Amino acid sequence: MTAPRWIPYALIAPAALFLAALFIVPLVQTILLSFDGGGTPDHLANYRKMAGDLNFTLAIRNTFLLVGVVVPIQLALAMGMAVMLQKMSTGRDIVLWIWTIPLGVSDLAAGLVWLALLQNSGYLNTVLFQLGLLDGPTPWLNAETPVTLFVGIVLAEIWRATAVVLIVLVAGFQLIPKEYSEAAEVFGARSWTAFRLITLPLLKPSIQSALILRTVLAFEVFAVVYALGGRNMPVLVGEAYAWQYENQNYGVAAAYAVLVMVISLAATVVYLYALRTRPETQP
Amino acid sequence: MAGIQIERVGKRFGGALALDSVSLDVADGEFVALLGPSGCGKTTLLRIVAGLETRSSGAVRIGGRDVSDLRPADRGLAMVFQNYAVFPHMTVFDNVAFGLRMQKKPREDIERKVRRAAALLQIEPYLDRYPAKLSGGQRQRVAVARALAVEPAVLLMDEPLSNLDALLRLEMRAELKSVLREAKTTTLYVTHDQTEAMGLADRIAVMQQGRIVQADAPTTVYSRPASTFVGGFVGSPPMNFVKVTASGRSARLDALDLRPPADGDLLLGFRGEDVQLVPPDEGMTFVVKVAEPMGSHLLLTGSAAGCPVRVVAPPTASVHAGDRLGLRPDPDRIAWMSQDSGLALDGHA
Repeated sequence: MTAPRWIPYALIAPAALFLAALFIVPLVQTILLSFDGGGTPDHLANYRKMAGDLNFTLAIRNTFLLVGVVVPIQLALAMGMAVMLQKMSTGRDIVLWIWTIPLGVSDLAAGLVWLALLQNSGYLNTVLFQLGLLDGPTPWLNAETPVTLFVGIVLAEIWRATAVVLIVLVAGFQLIPKEYSEAAEVFGARSWTAFRLITLPLLKPSIQSALILRTVLAFEVFAVVYALGGRNMPVLVGEAYAWQYENQNYGVAAAYAVLVMVISLAATVVYLYALRTRPETQP
Repeated sequence: MAGIQIERVGKRFGGALALDSVSLDVADGEFVALLGPSGCGKTTLLRIVAGLETRSSGAVRIGGRDVSDLRPADRGLAMVFQNYAVFPHMTVFDNVAFGLRMQKKPREDIERKVRRAAALLQIEPYLDRYPAKLSGGQRQRVAVARALAVEPAVLLMDEPLSNLDALLRLEMRAELKSVLREAKTTTLYVTHDQTEAMGLADRIAVMQQGRIVQADAPTTVYSRPASTFVGGFVGSPPMNFVKVTASGRSARLDALDLRPPADGDLLLGFRGEDVQLVPPDEGMTFVVKVAEPMGSHLLLTGSAAGCPVRVVAPPTASVHAGDRLGLRPDPDRIAWMSQDSGLALDGHA
């Protein structure tokens, strides 16, 4: 007996409706809102206001700087961790489990944890003071100390979100049959050569997924930055938040949101193209 | 070219003994098959020879050189894997050239040797293609070409034909044999398929529970098995074993007089095709339960002296289920075994 043709459509309808109501409608509304001229035909007013804002260039610069520093470090770290996990024969699951604990912590909570470590009277200063390396409470997260503030945010982001990349890479490693690296080894490749010539190319689809996932989320960085530095280091989503709730200007906030979305989409397109895999080269 | 000496190699996985002091000599240019059921340790032994697995004890020599602690790459060998392990992101040419490139051979050298290996295995038309575009049999050829291209002293093969369908397996088997004979490469070949081992190997090493129980020419393993295990594992149908009690170096089964080499509880081992069908009162009584016409022969399944027996009769024989026949095994091809140990008795036949 075959089911009527409409059954599959009926079954996916709830999910489709849910997505439409809670994702596509707000998305379209946000886009429309960002182009709303407030009764005037000037549809780019919000964008002009956004671009003219004092923090705009800073937010763009800081966000890209953060993404540019955090994502490569996370990829390299996660790759190293994944390789180490591959070589482990016992206790692998426990190590993986411990490494992924930060994923269970909300980003704001993670930011507050690092605040407790790095603030004037935080653990770091206490230890440094007791070691005699500091004379007294020293601020690291001020507007006057942008470099240490930036480093602090980078550290917190790495601690918080590297495991996302790790999980995707570990899953990718498990898809590669062991015989490939064994064959490379038998035919004379040293570990690094085998990794470069065999493992890395076969892992490319996973690297691509991990990078897309992590980069899109990194462009949306906000809570950690907010917890550690307030608005001392403006970032794009932070500005959207400020315009929405502090300035009560929903149009400019929407313009920021659309900008973040366009940047994320562009990054995704770049990854899809730069790390594309020809279908005939798949196992 | 080089031989392989496996000297008392042992392997433990935790508490489990996978290999129990295995020794085997493979002569230069010889083709030896490691044959046994799954879990007997044959693949572990091959991987220890390759250097992909560590040994717990013993040594491996290739060409007289102790390679026990060398990396796989430094052992002067090549390997064909069960799943081929042909690199999917490289063209067939790059796959075949892989070993030569790792050895940093000059370009023209690589080109020439790849072409030669490709010609030998008839994959020249596919050199520019990716493996995903090839059939299983063609991928298998690529894997063999990649191994032969480096002109290894020793070739290791791990169930290379087991992923092919029956017809292709038969074809590749014959082709492998001719290619390897031409290359004169010392080969250690792991298989659980006894027909494959019989057809390909100069010598078969039968493994059981981490030991080599017999290493002999295929015909010897077939007709003079060292134990009931070997007799039952090699050959299709397996060797028949009928219980006999002998005293004074003589025994009688129904109307059959036997001259065993020892006294006591013995097993009369004989192959299904090594018997003569005679009237019931002239041999041991065989009651036919099933008669299967196989085309080339008639396979009879039944029992004699309370033991299950299979007989290969001529295709024209007129035998039916329920018939009672007499069996007269060829006295020159009888294998006597001890009932207690299951081992062959010396001075058989």
